[in-house]
Amino acid sequence: MNVTIVDYNSGNISSVINSFKEVAKDKVNIEVSSDLNKIKSSDKVVLPGQGSFKSCIDALNGISGLVDSLTEFAINNKKPLLGICVGLQMFAEIGYEETETKGLGWISGKVSKIDNQNGKYKLPHIGWNQINILKDSKIFKEIKNNSHMYFVHSYEFIPEDKKVISSTTDYSSNIVCSVEKENIFGTQFHPEKSDKIGLKIIENFIKL
Amino acid sequence: MLKNRIIPCLDVKNGRVVKGINFVDLKDAGDPVEQAKIYSDGGADEICFLDITASNENRNTIYDVVKRTSKKCFVPLTVGGGVRSVDDINKLLNYGADKVSINTAAVQNPEVIIESSKKFGSQCIVVAIDAKKKGDKWEVFTHGGRNNTSINAIEFAKKMEDSGAGELLITSMDRDGTQIGYDNDLMFKISSIINIPVIASGGVGNLDHLVDGIKLGNASAVLAASIFHYGTHSIQEAKQYLDSKGIPVRI
Repeated sequence: MNVTIVDYNSGNISSVINSFKEVAKDKVNIEVSSDLNKIKSSDKVVLPGQGSFKSCIDALNGISGLVDSLTEFAINNKKPLLGICVGLQMFAEIGYEETETKGLGWISGKVSKIDNQNGKYKLPHIGWNQINILKDSKIFKEIKNNSHMYFVHSYEFIPEDKKVISSTTDYSSNIVCSVEKENIFGTQFHPEKSDKIGLKIIENFIKL
Repeated sequence: MLKNRIIPCLDVKNGRVVKGINFVDLKDAGDPVEQAKIYSDGGADEICFLDITASNENRNTIYDVVKRTSKKCFVPLTVGGGVRSVDDINKLLNYGADKVSINTAAVQNPEVIIESSKKFGSQCIVVAIDAKKKGDKWEVFTHGGRNNTSINAIEFAKKMEDSGAGELLITSMDRDGTQIGYDNDLMFKISSIINIPVIASGGVGNLDHLVDGIKLGNASAVLAASIFHYGTHSIQEAKQYLDSKGIPVRI
């Protein structure tokens, strides 16, 4: 099996690579690439993302044919894709970080700044917070409700269809921290930095 | 609810830990990777390496340490010490650091903070401020505490937030190494005027000091070195103690 981590100059992806390699051992081949054919022929794709919504979208668009290849993979061919952090946020139709930016539009909704209640809550939302699991997501197999995950973000994805939300976390309000829509998965938190429990989520995704 | 973080810090010199943990079962007490793994297995919320390598020719040793650690530890890893440029930051991130802390360069060339936070995202840019009290103010020191810049630490903290820092690591030089507790007055003043998280550092001698850093200093995270190095307390003990005092921690 081949899992491709999309390398599109979206910031630091070393930890994502390390964690997937740790889980995969020698059984699964982990590729790090932006090669369109490699992505299309993969069994699974991971879309990381750090920095701003706009910088990530710009970086995706900066590689000719990449968005089309990802869309073909996830939407047309319905193969499993996991978006992490801004990787998840880009599923939205529109993002408001820096400036209004068009997203991939795979899941209806928008990405806007967390309401920090006039400074009552610090932003970015950095650190360990508990997830409240709302539906049985395939990537949450053997993950207990209220498990701690590591977060770093100031913006949140607000999907139109609340049924795609698989977990939320409490930070000024109930923030969406994971989604599942058919073959498309996303986590706002960083499973690659969430210790053993995060690695379990990665394992669940690899084993899908 | 967001948890307060406990961050053990390891001083690394020429690729080896200075002031290591005294654990009998350690194969190599000087190996930063092994020590970081003990901390992360013990429940550390993040790991911090401070590279205190003095000579330039040995500076590359930290990259190997970061690379090996990031393959073993799956909690966030912050690396600081001698970071001068956007290129240095890029290198550390590529070797597997999740965040880079910048001290002297942030004072000498704030452009580094502006540029790097744009390029890599604020989430990985930690500005480390060493401050010393003078009268009713605090002044910023650089070069590992050797140079007084006379810059007002609280104003500088605000400036760093505006420049794109994602977190501030505040070390009280008056308290560092004293084991009498953080300068919570300083922590509280900075935390009150900025909206990004403050990591308190410098002066921890017992577990109550961690509690005070959060309750009195309003810090989001507490960093300590010697109480963990010398095995006075384990990370788990620290967390259980904080929990017993009503502080939200990841257990």
